[in-house]
Amino acid sequence: MGFLTKKDLKLITDPLADNNPITVQVLGICSALAITAQLKAAIVMAFSVMFVLAMGNVVISLMRNIIPPKIRIIAQLVIAAALVIIVDQVLKAYSYELSKQLSVFVGLIITNCIIMGRFEAFALANTPWKSFLDGIGNAAGYGIILVIVAFFRELLGSGSLLGIKVLGDSIKKTGVYAYGYQNNGFMLLAPMALITLGIIIWIQRSKNTTLIEEN
Amino acid sequence: MSRNTESNTYTVLFAAAMVLIVGSLLAFVAQSLKGKIAENKRIEKQQNILYAMGVNDNKEGSVNFIPKDKVDEDFSKYIVKQYVVKGTTATENDKAYLIDIKKEAEKAKKPSYTRRLPLFVGKNNDKYYYIVPVRGKGLWDAIWGYIALNKNLVIQGVYFDHAGETPGLGANIKERFFMDEFTGEHIFKGKTFEGVDVLKGNADPKNLDKTDCQVDAIAGATITGNGVTAMLKKDLQMYVPYLETLKQ
Repeated sequence: MGFLTKKDLKLITDPLADNNPITVQVLGICSALAITAQLKAAIVMAFSVMFVLAMGNVVISLMRNIIPPKIRIIAQLVIAAALVIIVDQVLKAYSYELSKQLSVFVGLIITNCIIMGRFEAFALANTPWKSFLDGIGNAAGYGIILVIVAFFRELLGSGSLLGIKVLGDSIKKTGVYAYGYQNNGFMLLAPMALITLGIIIWIQRSKNTTLIEEN
Repeated sequence: MSRNTESNTYTVLFAAAMVLIVGSLLAFVAQSLKGKIAENKRIEKQQNILYAMGVNDNKEGSVNFIPKDKVDEDFSKYIVKQYVVKGTTATENDKAYLIDIKKEAEKAKKPSYTRRLPLFVGKNNDKYYYIVPVRGKGLWDAIWGYIALNKNLVIQGVYFDHAGETPGLGANIKERFFMDEFTGEHIFKGKTFEGVDVLKGNADPKNLDKTDCQVDAIAGATITGNGVTAMLKKDLQMYVPYLETLKQ
């Protein structure tokens, strides 16, 4: 038996595609719309969620036998909130500009439905190691979609990736701008995130028809 | 399971212990990162002040501050004097930028307290800038900014920021399209102080008339806009007695 059994691996790979929290379960949409105008913010958000979800899952799982069932939701909320505040403070100390950019959305990780969903549905009933993998997997599934959406929004909206002008300079008219290309400012607005997300869901379902619900 | 996790006593004890542990953990984290966060805030303040006087790395449409590692050097290079203003007199104080104007405003509620007003004098390409910090209320939370004036008390540049205005609406006061409108705007109408009105449906939406003391508001952000108007009126007003002595 290796470090990761087949079952363990499935915990990580499942949420990446067939059970993706955003495109299949349609959770965590609000933050997916809000912070995907730039690739950098999306990546940081993905890692912050991964930290909170993996750590939170482990803590909840360790405490699963001592948490009183009557107040289990409150206990989950307190743990998620504490981890989010730690992430927020660390970002403020070590990556101040980014924390300003993410502004309220770091705080809103607490209300990200993926977090509470995984705590309640998985961590309360499974061992810490499994819960950890489940947290990593779900956060990665969330992060991948975030990064894909942010990639297209930043590329088409600002003509850059991670702040680097990959398409040339739009003022000096170099690169593709020399041929009359224009940035699509609409890509920077939230509705285009929804449309991009819709296209991703469409592509995913056309590839994997088992995801399509019967009428 | 030997423990009865359903009992009320256990539930209450668990809740108390959990709050205690989480509380002390967070207090520890906050305490140990406090210094670094304060340092970041100080750097940001210097960046904001320099931004208002036009020392920035602005590119097309976006707000870009000068890099963090250059801030200290540039701040001492461009900001030639810092004053604390009281009425018509100004005393030099090279730590004036550390004055917390939020706390000053609190203290000034007592009539016996004379408020210390920080003022920064910047010099760039032989032009002098008088930079005034302002602070007020938006829709949800605090808004603040820095207004750079020249000797004739015409706005040369502004920087606005906010704690929690609505993204996409009020939060746009820190976007270029709004802040750039203020450049060149007068704050005096003839001899009387006016401030700058952020107005919807004014007669000059393209902002061609810079002497009308008006800029066009952001659609959907009326209360934030009114907050900016009130902030400029109230806070610039306090500096007027001193600023008028510059005008001659």
